[in-house]
Amino acid sequence: MIELLITMAFEFFKTGLFAIGGGLATIPFLTELGEKYGWFTTETLSTMIAVSESTPGPMGVNMSTYAGYHNAGIIGAIISTLSLVAPSVIVICIIAKYLKKFKELEIVDEIFRGLKPAVVAFIIAACLNLFITTLFDPSKGLSFELINYKTWLLFLALYCFKFKFKDLHPIFIILIAGFCGVIFGL
Amino acid sequence: MKIYWQLFSAWFRMGLFTFGGGYAMLPMIQKEVIEKYHWASEEEVLDYYAIGQCTPGVIAVNTATFVGYYQKGVLGGIVATLGVIMPSLIIIVLIAALISNFMEIEWVRHALKGVNVAVCILLVNAISNLWSKSIKNIAAFVIFALALLLSLFTGLSTVILVIIAGILGVVFSKLGVLKHD
Repeated sequence: MIELLITMAFEFFKTGLFAIGGGLATIPFLTELGEKYGWFTTETLSTMIAVSESTPGPMGVNMSTYAGYHNAGIIGAIISTLSLVAPSVIVICIIAKYLKKFKELEIVDEIFRGLKPAVVAFIIAACLNLFITTLFDPSKGLSFELINYKTWLLFLALYCFKFKFKDLHPIFIILIAGFCGVIFGL
Repeated sequence: MKIYWQLFSAWFRMGLFTFGGGYAMLPMIQKEVIEKYHWASEEEVLDYYAIGQCTPGVIAVNTATFVGYYQKGVLGGIVATLGVIMPSLIIIVLIAALISNFMEIEWVRHALKGVNVAVCILLVNAISNLWSKSIKNIAAFVIFALALLLSLFTGLSTVILVIIAGILGVVFSKLGVLKHD
């Protein structure tokens, strides 16, 4: 058991260290872990991805928690999750320490001026998929069913609501929307 | 002591109500980190996101570590990170332990569809805020458009795109078309 936990800690630390660019980047590493140690099958992995996508929290963290639990219970979940985030915490603390000094350099400041508009583009690109799958139902093909009128009504109603109560905490909008989803059977 | 609790609880809330990964967390970050606690400005959060793209690990965790570190050093970074991962740990273990067919429960699917609509609205709002703050001249728009096209239509890794954007930032600044606002 101890041996398994140490191997898991090591492997998830490695995943956290080399998966660059967010949650989805952990998927190839998890696939490899499944093949190498037999900790989970491809089928379990796709369930894991579906569950992590639809539960709160960062996806990479969700995936490693699920994998750890699946393999060695609660202790496994805790160890794999902590090991996954440890490299980030170490690397970011080091960068954070020098960032402010670093940004006083003219060239670094210029680099960041270029990065800002690009990050806005990355955010839009990453969200586009969510917009399309939420507002349209591509599986229905090009027909009237492509547009689910209930979803659009909820979208418009919530948008007006958000516009009227600008300072409302995002949590309320999420809770209201989830509730409406159940009531109207979206 | 109070600041540690604030860091933990704020990031716990953000972890609990983020559906769909790091970028989807933006509306919550704007509310909690920027408006409520003034731990960072909009521009600083964009910097953290940019760095998070090119460093190991999950973006949400990287951002939490950054914010925590600037409040209370390494311990602050650790506390904020534990806050953001705690909801996942609890929820995923509960789901894995109790419900084998979580995704097949009908009301869960309906609720999630509703939640996705809310996430879209919150993101539209968050993105338009960011847009007005970070794209103020033609040079910035050119970088934006290029990054958007390349990330939508090519398989180039984000790390490469970040490097290209950084180089363009330097070039445009030297040419005097990308000014600080």
